[in-house]
Amino acid sequence: MSVKIKEYAGTPLREEDLKQGKVLSIGYWPKAKYTWSAGVAIGRYLTELKNARIVGRQCDKCGRTVVPPRMFCEWCFRPNDRWVILKDSGVVNTYSISHIAADATRIKEPLIPTVIQIDGTTDAGILHLVGEADPKEVKFGMKVQAVWKRPEERTGAITDIRYFRPIEK
Amino acid sequence: MTKFMRRAQETGKELAYEAARMAVDSCGLRIEDIESVTMGSAPDAFDGVHMKGEYLIDGAGAWRKPYMRNYVGGGTGVFAPIHGWQHVASGLFDTCLVVCEEKMSSCRPHPQAAFLTIFDNFTERPLGPNLLWIFALEMHRYMHVHKIPKEKIAAVSVKNKKNALDHPCAQLAQKITVEDVLNSEVLVWPVQRLDISPTSDGAAAVVLASEDVAKKITDSPVWIDGVGWNLDTAYWTNRDLYYPQYVENAAKMAYQMAGIKNPRQEIDFAEPYDPFDYKELHHMEGLMLCKKGEAPDLAWEGLTQRDGKLPVCPSGGLLGVGNPIAAAGLMKICELFWQLRREAGKRQIPGDPKTAVAQAWGDLMQVGTVVVMRA
Repeated sequence: MSVKIKEYAGTPLREEDLKQGKVLSIGYWPKAKYTWSAGVAIGRYLTELKNARIVGRQCDKCGRTVVPPRMFCEWCFRPNDRWVILKDSGVVNTYSISHIAADATRIKEPLIPTVIQIDGTTDAGILHLVGEADPKEVKFGMKVQAVWKRPEERTGAITDIRYFRPIEK
Repeated sequence: MTKFMRRAQETGKELAYEAARMAVDSCGLRIEDIESVTMGSAPDAFDGVHMKGEYLIDGAGAWRKPYMRNYVGGGTGVFAPIHGWQHVASGLFDTCLVVCEEKMSSCRPHPQAAFLTIFDNFTERPLGPNLLWIFALEMHRYMHVHKIPKEKIAAVSVKNKKNALDHPCAQLAQKITVEDVLNSEVLVWPVQRLDISPTSDGAAAVVLASEDVAKKITDSPVWIDGVGWNLDTAYWTNRDLYYPQYVENAAKMAYQMAGIKNPRQEIDFAEPYDPFDYKELHHMEGLMLCKKGEAPDLAWEGLTQRDGKLPVCPSGGLLGVGNPIAAAGLMKICELFWQLRREAGKRQIPGDPKTAVAQAWGDLMQVGTVVVMRA
């Protein structure tokens, strides 16, 4: 805003103005559908999740071991060097306590979205949930372990890990 | 700029027109004098209109002109003037009209749903994330590393909503207390209702000109003396979220161009990106306006108030004026312009500000865009 300008454009509407048809509007519900190939690195990652194993990629040049895996090192910009099978445990790098769902509606039992640094990796971690835990008792640096779905339930998806549970108080 | 509001009757095109028209008129130019136009607008998914840049062209004053849209998520509003600067500084054009527009209200019931596709298809989306998760995770990490109490962060929300009381385009100007913030609804701890900027409709625009042309148009030009931008990895969970290194990289680029060696002493006021209260503090640190972890104390002690030693978000920021994504970033550039020309009226910061910095941030918490301006 400038003292030289006296009037600003823009006409506020209320939700009711649309719902009650006080202003004309038109609706649209996109029906686009997608199927994504998992690709080389994530394809192997998901395959191993089905086997109840977490795998990462190691780069000899910068020395990083990262998960989620990628076939190239974005730091060194070269192919990274090998797959490594990691433990299915790690530590809480950061966490939050979510009282709302993906569509912004409120949920009764809060979720605990967490970045978990998987043991044996060098960088912060992966996004997952912490479960079997009172949100008040989750701590930074807390050790957690993957809780897997039963073998027949696993599909090769990140949700093959139901959540990570605390392994020490 | 237009007023910012939860939902506007005007279409995106109409909002863009109002802001662009105002910008061209305010410097006494005709649309014929505008040689090029850049448009900043955030995801197409908000509007349900693909090729949004092309859709908005007529409102942006770009009919039959060289025209490009740019988009770096929330960083767009400060990237758009950088994009415009490239047009002029390259020598290709003497003038460039920079327009930013956002109409988030068309996406119903809430534009939240349009954000979900930013998460990785395989490793994140199946977990049912919502956008607040990443902010909550970043905020919590920041609070943990520096042992920051929530009330010091809440002071930012109180300040910005108060500053916005003096902004005639503001959507969420209000007098609130730190207690109000701390007692507001917990959404995704540590993020509460009053820590967050609203969703908004609105548009803003500025005119950039080459040095020769600018001196003909006005006796009191404001110069873009430095620009910088930088992006970090999209593997956001692999980063330590406590510090926005990419903002520092962008700031270093801009400061070097502007000949700024000691930002803490040479910057008179700042408009860092504040979609959440903690982000203002995070970005003050990334902009090197204070030491890492020091920003919450500056806010708590009142040094970032409009009459403080380092005024921050004198406009009222996104928390107070509103957050029509790209337009909100460009609103910060407008604020620098008005403050440096001493036209900001009730919002005018005291003293004789000469050098200021604006910054925006976005994508998957990975982009920093920085502009240094001087009177």
